[in-house]
Amino acid sequence: MLNSKKKSKKINKIHLTNSDEVSAYTEMLKIRRFEEKAGQLYGMGKIGGFCHLYIGQEAVVVGLQMSIEKGDQLITTYRDHGHMIACGMDPKGVMAELFGKSDGYSKGKGGSMHMFSKEMNFYGGHGIVGASVPLGTGLAFANKYRKNDRVALTYFGDGAANQGQVYESFNMAKLWNLPCIYIIENNRYAMGTSIQRSSAQSDLSQRGISFGIEGEQVDGMDISAVVEAGKRIVDRTRNGGGPYILEMLTYRYRGHSMSDPAQYRTRDEVNEVRDHSDPIESVKNRILKKKILSEVALKDIDSVIKKQILDAAVFAENSPLPEEVELWNDVYVK
Amino acid sequence: MSTKILMPAMSPSMKTGSLTKWLVKVGDTVNSGDIIAEIETDKAGMEVESMYDGVLSQILVSEGTEDVEIKTPIAIIELDSETVSEPIAVLDTEELKGKLFTNKVKPVKKVAANKKVIKKSLPDDNQFSVREALRDAMAEEMRLDKDVFVIGEEVAEYQGAYKVTQGLLDEFGKDRVIDTPITENGFAGISIGASFAGLKPIVEFMTFNFALQAMDHIINSAAKTLYMGGGQINSQIVFRGPNGAAARVGAQHSQDFSAWFSHIPGLIVIAPYTANDSKGLLKAAIRNPNPVIFLENEILYNDKGVVDITDQDIIEIGKANIVKTGDDITIISFSICMKLAIEASEILSNEGIDVEIIDLRTLKPLDKDTIINSVKKTNKCIVVEQGWSQSGVASEISAILMEEAFDYLDGPVCRVSGKDVPMPYAENLEKLALPTVEDILNAVKKII
Ligand SMILES: Cc1ncc(C[n+]2csc(CCOP(=O)(O)OP(=O)(O)O)c2C)c(N)n1
Ligand SMILES: [Mg+2]
Repeated sequence: MLNSKKKSKKINKIHLTNSDEVSAYTEMLKIRRFEEKAGQLYGMGKIGGFCHLYIGQEAVVVGLQMSIEKGDQLITTYRDHGHMIACGMDPKGVMAELFGKSDGYSKGKGGSMHMFSKEMNFYGGHGIVGASVPLGTGLAFANKYRKNDRVALTYFGDGAANQGQVYESFNMAKLWNLPCIYIIENNRYAMGTSIQRSSAQSDLSQRGISFGIEGEQVDGMDISAVVEAGKRIVDRTRNGGGPYILEMLTYRYRGHSMSDPAQYRTRDEVNEVRDHSDPIESVKNRILKKKILSEVALKDIDSVIKKQILDAAVFAENSPLPEEVELWNDVYVK
Repeated sequence: MSTKILMPAMSPSMKTGSLTKWLVKVGDTVNSGDIIAEIETDKAGMEVESMYDGVLSQILVSEGTEDVEIKTPIAIIELDSETVSEPIAVLDTEELKGKLFTNKVKPVKKVAANKKVIKKSLPDDNQFSVREALRDAMAEEMRLDKDVFVIGEEVAEYQGAYKVTQGLLDEFGKDRVIDTPITENGFAGISIGASFAGLKPIVEFMTFNFALQAMDHIINSAAKTLYMGGGQINSQIVFRGPNGAAARVGAQHSQDFSAWFSHIPGLIVIAPYTANDSKGLLKAAIRNPNPVIFLENEILYNDKGVVDITDQDIIEIGKANIVKTGDDITIISFSICMKLAIEASEILSNEGIDVEIIDLRTLKPLDKDTIINSVKKTNKCIVVEQGWSQSGVASEISAILMEEAFDYLDGPVCRVSGKDVPMPYAENLEKLALPTVEDILNAVKKII
């Protein structure tokens, strides 16, 4: 268990089925390989501006995607590549957007932090810390208004949890009993500020208490714990249980963005997490231990993914720059 | 197979860097994610991670080298087994062709295009106040489209802080007329989120002074998401409420934000003067698929006028209204300052000066054609607004005329604006802070 000495309230871990283990492994690895490639391409100058990698946090979004149904929405911050891949968006379109090319999800006009897919119910991609919280609450509001029993997953960071608009949203979400699950991805740092230095109450799952919103901490490095909590809470919220907070205890291995030297933490701290709680390694070990797949088969999966990600990079490289007329498009719906 | 490790670009501004330290030596096994070197960028010291699994076979740039350009090869790695080498391999791209990724942009459903006002002859006593006209606009649109709802502070049970939403709760119920806590940024954000999902909120700010709390969501979430998403997600939403100076309420509750919102691409900004325009334009705003800032004026709420807009009618957004034609000078204004423009024109007409009066009605997009055509005829122009002059609506119009009608101008375009001070409370000072008919007459005298 990361981050907190306190134990998660419920530790009734479920065991994933064999095929769930494999798809968890595959999906998480896809995100990791995508992010590694994005980092590499950033270094080559192919990707510009801000680029926030999700490496280390893969179990959170993959586990929650395994817990929801088609039609449920998600919305997140600028650290969004993992969410997009996990919700089924095409890595080619995501990579092309990182390159600022015309085949990107936003035609090259959004970049790393701003992509959307109505088809996959992914509502972005928001760069202002805290802003995803009322926006996601608004998605939940629309679900309730339409009585369509959909659930909105609203992601934000530990740093974002200190923004005032989060609490404005909590209040209305509970007041109106909105089907909103707040997922705090507590990766221990907001840029260079550790949670200890920013939060008076550092158990973020309890931040909803004054509004009557319950929450719990979940080991976000263990996908089975994420799936267990995810399924239980999605079910609860879908059945009228109202808003809930899932604080996912996780860790980002890389700097805040590509240009962050990350001098606010030691390399030992990073290695400690990577060596002992890596979400992909643990699934891999379970797969091998339970003899679901052989080492060779796992390597094959990796090769297929690597090829897929490479294809995405080639696709992005070959995609044309947006036409100049695009400058003027999409300012207004005509 | 081997691959080169390049000097990485670690920030948007980095061009070169120094290789301060190698943490691995030739012959070492490195895994993807291992730190292999330290470099010094324009910003800070950074660590270079390996992106590959393999054995370091050669170091090309030695420790301590300064000014290494980005993308310079710094080392070579002999890769493990069959792993793919190049980041973007000069790989067979042929097989990719034909299965190009398609960015499925669902076309946004277009609402019925803006219809022109259908003039109906109604009895002269068919008078409505601006307040009633606004309420009727909302009620009619809510009857037509169940995705339209009203949200804000005191809009439901209290019937609106200024009674603009009077009766709506009774007719539409609490699911569609929603009282919020005092939480502007929160309910603006929630409403925008709901609009992303296809609902059409009418967000009432008790007054626009409190919209400052929600400015981030209005600008960063509502106005820009369509563009940032390449056209995928629009925000059909109206933010409405009283704007501009009220009476004797001091600096925080008495100010005009017309210019602020007009500055933002992605927003439509409307500021009507008459009851008929209020109704026709609010209906158009509610049907418009973009975020609309609808600036009302508290002091105008009781003003009555003939309203001939019914059910399906709307007034086209982006069209100014020539309230009175004239040959000698153009006076342009909007919202409550139209009162001053009309009064000044009456005085001037007694002096034999024939004024053409334009009511802008929409501030973004500005109806440039109407403005320019009028000035081509009168060759003189005064713009009256309540807001501050710097970077104001009048400044913008003045610049447009300089750029696009310079040869037609017989004198400088004059701005009559609010004085450049926070609104004072004292009765006499408050009067001085606001533009007056006198100010307009003085400006006219300067250029005629
Ligand atoms: C309102 C606002 N303030 C500051 C920033 C700059 N900023 C970007 S990310 C960030 C840290 C956020 O940390 P956290 O919420 O923990 O998310 P994480 O990056 O760890 O995923 C800051 C301060 C911003 N984007 N928006
Ligand atoms: Mg964080």
